[in-house]
Amino acid sequence: MNWPLEAFLSFMAAGAFGIVFNTPRRTLISCGLVGMSGWLVYRSYFLLFDDSVQATFAGAFSVAIVAHVLAKRFKMPMIVFSIAGIIPLVPGSRAYNAMRNIVEEDFLEAISFAAEALMISGAIAMGLVFAEVLMQIYFKYQAKRIQRKIGMTQN
Amino acid sequence: MTQISETKRELALDCFLLAGKVMMESGAETYRVEDTMIRMAVSQNMSDSHCFITPGGIMFSPSNDLPTRFVRIRSRRTDLERVALVNSVSRKLVAGELTLQQAYEEMLVIDRTNYLFAMWLQVLAAGVASACFLILMGGTWADLPFAFVIGGLGFLIVETVLIKTRVKFFAEFIGALAIGTLALLVVNSGFGTNPDTIIIGSVMPLVPGLLITNAVRDLMAGHFVSGLSMGAEAFLTAFAIGAGIALVLSF
Repeated sequence: MNWPLEAFLSFMAAGAFGIVFNTPRRTLISCGLVGMSGWLVYRSYFLLFDDSVQATFAGAFSVAIVAHVLAKRFKMPMIVFSIAGIIPLVPGSRAYNAMRNIVEEDFLEAISFAAEALMISGAIAMGLVFAEVLMQIYFKYQAKRIQRKIGMTQN
Repeated sequence: MTQISETKRELALDCFLLAGKVMMESGAETYRVEDTMIRMAVSQNMSDSHCFITPGGIMFSPSNDLPTRFVRIRSRRTDLERVALVNSVSRKLVAGELTLQQAYEEMLVIDRTNYLFAMWLQVLAAGVASACFLILMGGTWADLPFAFVIGGLGFLIVETVLIKTRVKFFAEFIGALAIGTLALLVVNSGFGTNPDTIIIGSVMPLVPGLLITNAVRDLMAGHFVSGLSMGAEAFLTAFAIGAGIALVLSF
């Protein structure tokens, strides 16, 4: 695997999707970085453990975490950053293979591809959910800490 | 709670509903729109307001004894810049940096202005994305120019058919059909090598990424009506693309 090439390509792809979805101009580079981080996490997990469902979960999780952090930083909605980053993880080739096998009337093969595509879609959803819950807990904890700090300075 | 005059209340309601309408039309998540409207209402001393949002319309009730207002959402598309702009105006209103009148005027400007990138730039971006995905999905470098052209062309066809017919699924079906036909033509005439990777790469700009993300986040936040309907829309979009490709492959 050619790391710099894949990083560059995923950066370009996510940035191009940023243009298609009309994200604000000054966030285009950040969108590309979100997509790149998601894809690199997905690829390295896949190469290490050879399980595309878990790898997609890890990729979606990191996309959502990075998007949340950037959303706080830019004071913009989180979807501005996450959508372009999620797209590379969508199981396009498996859905395509499922469709192709249905057309060729090889239904057993089609079902196995379709099931895998479905599991990967579920993994994307679960990755988003886990990241969301984790970030909410973290932000609540941080807000409490800040409140306590303010309380201490007032005393 | 301090009472506010009737004209100011009407202005506030217009402002909230316009903000909600622009956000929903641009593809924001339902729970974010609701959150934004309630925050703006609280900042204008309407602390017991209620708001119910579906992808088709917004209902907003300022309090128990005042009439409820309704606004219909007709078309939806992905325009994240508008979402971010409305969000920042509402933040400023809540923080007290803008008066209600100023906020309403800014919302009107946002509603009227076209923030989309130029069409040629969008088509170019779709082509670049397709070419990148071709390599990422394991395609060969020889197919790169074909994926670039076919991906951009497919996106252009979808947008053109969408403007002409206003039926989203039909436009995606035609786009996928065109992509599949062109990819097979290129390979059968001896220029391209692998039709599978060209098709997968070129179809990527049509994937309903926004709908999938929004559906998941809305379902999680407990907005089942909009979550399920956005999920259904995402599924139908995926089905339209799949049907278009399948029709080409069956020949």
